Amino acid sequence: MGKVKSLEELMKIKEQALKDLQLRGETGKRGKITVAMGTCGIAAGAKETLKAIVEALNEHGVDDVAVVQSGCMGLCEVEPTVEVRLEGQEPVVYGRVTPENAKRIVKMHILEGRVVEDLVVKRGEV
Amino acid sequence: MPLTTNTILICAGGACISAGEKSVKDALEEELKKYGLDEVVRVIETGCMGACTLGPIAVIYPEGVFYQKLTPEAAKEIVEEHILKGRIVEKHLYKAPEGKPVPRVHEEVPFFKKQVKIVTRNLGIIDPTKIEEYIARDGYFALAKALQMKPEDVIREIKDSGLRGRGGAGFPTGLKWELAAKQKAERKFVVCNADEGDPGAFMDRSILEGDPHAVIEGMAIAAYAIGAQKGFVYVRAEYPLAIERLNIALEQAREYGFLGENIMGTDFFFDIEIRIGAGAFVCGEETALMASIEGERGQPRVKPPYPVEKGLWGYPTVINNVETLANVPWIIRNGAKEFRKYGTETSPGTKVFALAGKVKNTGLVEVPMGITLRELIYEIGGGIAGDKKLKAVQTGGPSGGCIPAEYIDTPVDFESLQKLGAIMGSGGMIVMDEDDCMVDVARFFLEFTVEESCGKCTPCREGTKKMLEILEKITSGEGTEEDIEELEKLANVIKDTSLCGLGQTAPNPVLSTLRYFRDEYLAHVREKKCPAKKCKALISYVIDPEKCVGCTACARVCPVQCISGQVRQPHVIDQAECVRCGSCIEVCRFGAISKVTPALPVEEAVE
Ligand SMILES: Cc1cc2nc3c(=O)[nH]c(=O)nc-3n(C[C@H](O)[C@H](O)[C@H](O)COP(=O)(O)O)c2cc1C
Ligand code: SF4
Ligand code: SF4
Ligand code: FES
Ligand code: FES
Repeated sequence: MGKVKSLEELMKIKEQALKDLQLRGETGKRGKITVAMGTCGIAAGAKETLKAIVEALNEHGVDDVAVVQSGCMGLCEVEPTVEVRLEGQEPVVYGRVTPENAKRIVKMHILEGRVVEDLVVKRGEV
Repeated sequence: MPLTTNTILICAGGACISAGEKSVKDALEEELKKYGLDEVVRVIETGCMGACTLGPIAVIYPEGVFYQKLTPEAAKEIVEEHILKGRIVEKHLYKAPEGKPVPRVHEEVPFFKKQVKIVTRNLGIIDPTKIEEYIARDGYFALAKALQMKPEDVIREIKDSGLRGRGGAGFPTGLKWELAAKQKAERKFVVCNADEGDPGAFMDRSILEGDPHAVIEGMAIAAYAIGAQKGFVYVRAEYPLAIERLNIALEQAREYGFLGENIMGTDFFFDIEIRIGAGAFVCGEETALMASIEGERGQPRVKPPYPVEKGLWGYPTVINNVETLANVPWIIRNGAKEFRKYGTETSPGTKVFALAGKVKNTGLVEVPMGITLRELIYEIGGGIAGDKKLKAVQTGGPSGGCIPAEYIDTPVDFESLQKLGAIMGSGGMIVMDEDDCMVDVARFFLEFTVEESCGKCTPCREGTKKMLEILEKITSGEGTEEDIEELEKLANVIKDTSLCGLGQTAPNPVLSTLRYFRDEYLAHVREKKCPAKKCKALISYVIDPEKCVGCTACARVCPVQCISGQVRQPHVIDQAECVRCGSCIEVCRFGAISKVTPALPVEEAVE
């Protein structure tokens, strides 16, 4: 790291560092993606799904959506399942979320605000 | 860029480390690895989070769930349940006084809710070994701002904020800087006083451990304001973790160009060195501290000249406390007006206290000045432990005094405390209940003073020793009323004639207890009674034959085997042999043993 010579440079470091810090979730988030990580979910590959989601979010520079794990959502037959919950919208649960599907969800739902209809298994509060 | 889902902040403050934080952290990491989660879950060690009695503690983000009293087993469970399956592990949660577990502690627990965090805003939030995290929380923006201001404007801002030194005396910081700035000299110095000698105090250590850059930034701003090129942090050797983190932080600050030549592209240069003190209380006194930095024995000298005129090696020197300096960046960033929104007219801002003694929640708290003792003790402290009665609050450590319970609605600020004969001091606050003997409290602090007196001047060296002797005489039941008078006289003489602040304030615990608890002193000398039943020489342990069921528990724990009796028959204590250790009273489940004062005459007790 070079020396900081101006306020602008300091600002840049702050923005980058803040992104990292924000992933910790202490500042305002626009939404939350929950990956079901019950035993069945993990067996169905939820770990890979989780990684794919985090990677996709990072790739697109999304830092206002938290990613958390949860227990089994009770939808074992369509695992891995992922719930997307954005502020002011009804939550959507997606099923059979492979890493590829996870990337689609991030791109369409998080970035463009469009629900990925073919993957939806449930809408509204569980 | 790290991929993260959860972040586990684990407190690596001194208290949590000694409670076993390292083994918890190891267990967490091992378990995370086992589930292949080590790449997406970060474990970060932070500075003291303030709730030291609950340690080791950890907060899991993004949910902000607060776990307490962790063990390696608990860590395993938390990874399995919380991290993997998103189920909060109730049994390790913080519990509210009424026993209900509280998951989101920062919003829901009064211990945190009532606090205002300026100085401790980053403690427990950032990784103190990463300068980027400090920057993410607006770190070094105050320095950048200050460097675009004229030094006198920086000083004006601090003056307008009304910031007063947090090291004890409460001297206006802006004024101190102005006096130093006015001096014409080729060299000037800034010193951070991190000696923290008060028994029980640990706020400065926590700040250095948890947010070292805040202190560095504060020092750099001070240096720019007064025109200094060199700074020292004087820290005691007993604080190895603070020293380690400070060293890392200094290195990073240099790398980023916040220290050294051409700071942030300007022609201002300033660097900081750490000086390690041996940990004598008097070395926290500013003139002794300077002698110690210069390589002399840490002994005080007469003031004036003050350090701002003739300090280190004869050059103008500003000495500020850790907490004082940690306030500076916040003030420069947010402005004096914003700072004055907290606290009172004459004591603006906040104060960090090390809350200790008979309160339910002990630990580090930062509160707005002017908060009442009642709010501090009952709302933040959670009330008196064991639901006993509050008797007094001791503030200011060995230089301070006791405030009796009837003044519980006193606002905590420099003037109000002083009016009551106590002081703010560096922020030690010990809560005492009916089981605390005020004469014994005075004796405790005096014992500390006698040990720490540097011996340079007679009143302090000889006088405090004499006072301690008298106090020991009183607590052992040999005192007379003349002794009390003598004690008071001595106290006043020492106060007026000692060379440095140590001797000048040493009588405070005695004077303040005499002022409010003279009855208690009188009971000790006249009736040979210790009303709090604390002074061993004035109490006896007795067994009530009506209540004793003869379980023999007491007889088995007594270290001198002075309890006798048949199984299922009332037991008796042989008063002549009893060493008054109190072990028996703790094990009796039938409440049959009690303490009485005055002590029973030995002949009568043996039947
Ligand atoms: C015996 C004695 C011990 C002291 N110990 C400390 C100390 O540990 N830390 C501290 O900051 N100030 C201590 N002080 C006060 C310092 O002399 C000095 O007033 C203070 O560091 C100034 O900083 P401030 O204006 O920011 O409070 C002590 C004073 C005396 C008389
Ligand atoms: S412990 Fe209590 S009840 Fe048991 S023998 Fe001793 S005094 Fe009696
Ligand atoms: S106070 Fe100690 S010495 Fe006395 S009876 Fe109890 S246990 Fe024995
Ligand atoms: S050291 Fe961990 S909370 Fe204080
Ligand atoms: S001996 Fe140190 S102050 Fe008197």
